[in-house]
Amino acid sequence: MNGMAQVDAGYLGRVFTGTPPYVVSEVKIAEFADAVGAAAPVHRDPAAARAAGHRDLIAPVTFAVVVAQRAEAEYISDPGAGIDFSRVVHANQGFTHHRPITNGDVLHTAVHVQDITARAGITMVTTRTEITDDDGGQVCEVTSTLAIRGEE
Amino acid sequence: MPGLPADVEPGAELFSVPRTIDRDRLVRYAGASGDFNPIHYNDRFARDVGLPGVIAHGMLTMGLAGSALSDHLGDPADVLEFSTRFTRPVPVPDPGEVQVQITATVRSVHEHTAVVDLAVQVEGRAVLGKAQAVVRLR
Repeated sequence: MNGMAQVDAGYLGRVFTGTPPYVVSEVKIAEFADAVGAAAPVHRDPAAARAAGHRDLIAPVTFAVVVAQRAEAEYISDPGAGIDFSRVVHANQGFTHHRPITNGDVLHTAVHVQDITARAGITMVTTRTEITDDDGGQVCEVTSTLAIRGEE
Repeated sequence: MPGLPADVEPGAELFSVPRTIDRDRLVRYAGASGDFNPIHYNDRFARDVGLPGVIAHGMLTMGLAGSALSDHLGDPADVLEFSTRFTRPVPVPDPGEVQVQITATVRSVHEHTAVVDLAVQVEGRAVLGKAQAVVRLR
């Protein structure tokens, strides 16, 4: 029962930027809005989105997790990181929006390994994923903590 | 578009709405989000890793709460920050569905923003902890 024997604390401070850009589409916004029961017209009707002051359709408030989890996979599935995904439970999640994710955005990601803490056989791994647009502007900051159970 | 008025008072309940989760919604969320962890669709796999059976994605529960709030406000861009802890798994029966009750209350009001608490419960027990949003005032 030693989580740290598995999760490599040496990854603390590393930054992963190898995930290709995510291109936001109208179809994906609508699929996600359906899945989380977001009924607002700004997710489906471009005219309503523009009337609300947006360039085009905007994504639901938790959509950034799609972009972030895709990028976090570069770290989590790195064999050297020592994260056994079958032992992972999602512990915390947070979003700080600088502007709404909008149809047509080309989003870039940088995943920062912010904290690795082992306690009582459980290792808590926190990542902070910075999402930026093609012009380098900040879009969203996504913080995620995973709890990884050690070998029994 | 209404949004949250600047004269809103701390303690005000904004809404309390039920949402249902069934297996169909889990499949829909998996496809929409790209989260294909089998604990969210395969009972045998879920039991093998010590769960009572298939459970909802934590991010689905958080997503339902976020959408209830953004639909109430009208413009999702008014939600500036949103965070939570996942405190209790939400088992999803088959056949059947589980009902999630989402209640939003204003915690505090500031110059341009308010902090909104989201209580998210199944059968009267919290499944999200410290779910809070920072919302722009209109």
